[in-house]
Amino acid sequence: MRADRGIRARVTTMSAQRRAAILGTAALVLAGCSGAASSDAPGSSSGGELSGTLTVFAAASLTDVFTQLGDDLVADEPGLDIRFNFAGSTALAAQIEQGAPADVFASADEVQMARLTGAGLVEEPQVFAGNSLVLAVPTEDPGDVAVPPGERAPSSLAEIIDEGTTLAVCAPEVPCGRAAAEVLDAAGLSDAPDTYEDDVRAVLTKVQLGEVDAGLVYHSDLTAAGDGVDFYGFDEAVVTFNDYPVARLADAPNPDAARAFVDLVLSSEGQEALLRAGFVVR
Amino acid sequence: MSRVRPGSRIPAPLLVPAALGVAFLVLPLVGLVVRAPWSSVGEQLAGPGVVQALRLSLVSATLATLLSLVLGVPLAWVLARSRIRGRSVLRALVTVPLVLPPVVGGVALFLVLGRQGIIGSWLDDAFGITIPFTTTAVVIAETFVAMPFLVVSVEGALRAADARFEDVAATLGADRWTTFRRVTLPLVAPGVAAGAVLCWARALGEFGATITFAGNFPGTTQTMPIAVYLALQREPEAAIVLSLVLLAVSLATLLLLRDRWLGRVGS
Repeated sequence: MRADRGIRARVTTMSAQRRAAILGTAALVLAGCSGAASSDAPGSSSGGELSGTLTVFAAASLTDVFTQLGDDLVADEPGLDIRFNFAGSTALAAQIEQGAPADVFASADEVQMARLTGAGLVEEPQVFAGNSLVLAVPTEDPGDVAVPPGERAPSSLAEIIDEGTTLAVCAPEVPCGRAAAEVLDAAGLSDAPDTYEDDVRAVLTKVQLGEVDAGLVYHSDLTAAGDGVDFYGFDEAVVTFNDYPVARLADAPNPDAARAFVDLVLSSEGQEALLRAGFVVR
Repeated sequence: MSRVRPGSRIPAPLLVPAALGVAFLVLPLVGLVVRAPWSSVGEQLAGPGVVQALRLSLVSATLATLLSLVLGVPLAWVLARSRIRGRSVLRALVTVPLVLPPVVGGVALFLVLGRQGIIGSWLDDAFGITIPFTTTAVVIAETFVAMPFLVVSVEGALRAADARFEDVAATLGADRWTTFRRVTLPLVAPGVAAGAVLCWARALGEFGATITFAGNFPGTTQTMPIAVYLALQREPEAAIVLSLVLLAVSLATLLLLRDRWLGRVGS
């Protein structure tokens, strides 16, 4: 199976990613980021004391795992109503800057979070997961991207993608697009993209539809893609390892629920869910 | 100026909601003008992406309008004049894109004209033609969304036109094609022009179907609305300037349209 080989390729880069994750987190702590809370102290294990609406703005790549964590929280807190807004992190940060009433913001990179921290809009951002890019290819492989079985799997993106490959990436305005640009630069493929989509799910959708030969998506999108999409790891992915920070908003309409959700994400339960969803965790 | 007729004074209960309505519709546009970074408008417009996106928008909207005219005017004639059965069903079907969310239109276009699509896969196998992510895809997406505007306008004009002229032409020995060309078309020309302008404006503003079906690539498929959307995430000021350009174009279009209507009223 080609997909199996893709997974093996992923596993080989995984340890490097983990190292990067630990380094990234350590750097963050060293940089004097307060609030390095212990990662398994869920704030509301008693349950049944939260009410009202909790609004969570989260990066598109978190769609599945956050939806599931939200359901878990509501199971404990029946009085709570959770609303999610999943989109590109940059759009979300812009919406929050414009005064959108959010309680929690989870970004796919530090840049957007720093933008809000600088404006005094969020409190104590904490890294809760990490992610990196992989190449998603439709299983029917319309662009002959995959290697025939039995041949050595290429390790560099430049060996996989050529002139004729129709490639979808995120727009450079959003985190996954910046990461894609770095990866393509490292591989000497800056001119390769054919469309710049506005978030990572849009890229994945175009791969699932078979409308592009390949797309650069997050490692964590593996679980969301289901059948019909194969993934390939590649060497250049290491340059774009990115940390995901989460934070409560300074003027959250529902601060208690916001705190509970952030604690849940950082708890061992939340971290396990993220790991299952293909993220790298601490 | 219109004559002041007795009874044309605004009834008091209508005055406040009408004024609120005006404020609601006009204030956002005023805000756009007030908040515009006028000092840097020149350099923002000189940015390489802006000219590129504007040119692509104007060219693709014009091509979409021409395509709509070629296909839409005959279609409007069929809806207004022909006796075929199921006309009302046909009319409902061809005006669906008016009420369909454009993103859904984009997905539907994928399923027909995409690489895996019903027609698209055949095009790909037989001729190696792929439509998505090309300028052709932009024109197709815009046409899909904008053509119904033209069809509805022209059909309305045809229904309002006096069919007796056509009957006279027929009794004088003109065949049906000549009648259409020499009598019907000149009669409804103002309606066709108004429909074309509406269609062009709608195509210019098209976002959802375009970004879905044609994607976003500078110079090839990045139209003005897509450029505005992305600029808003990076540089709100650039987005305001781009929006101003679109606003100016839209206003000019509407003024042109009004003159058309006045011309028709005057004739």
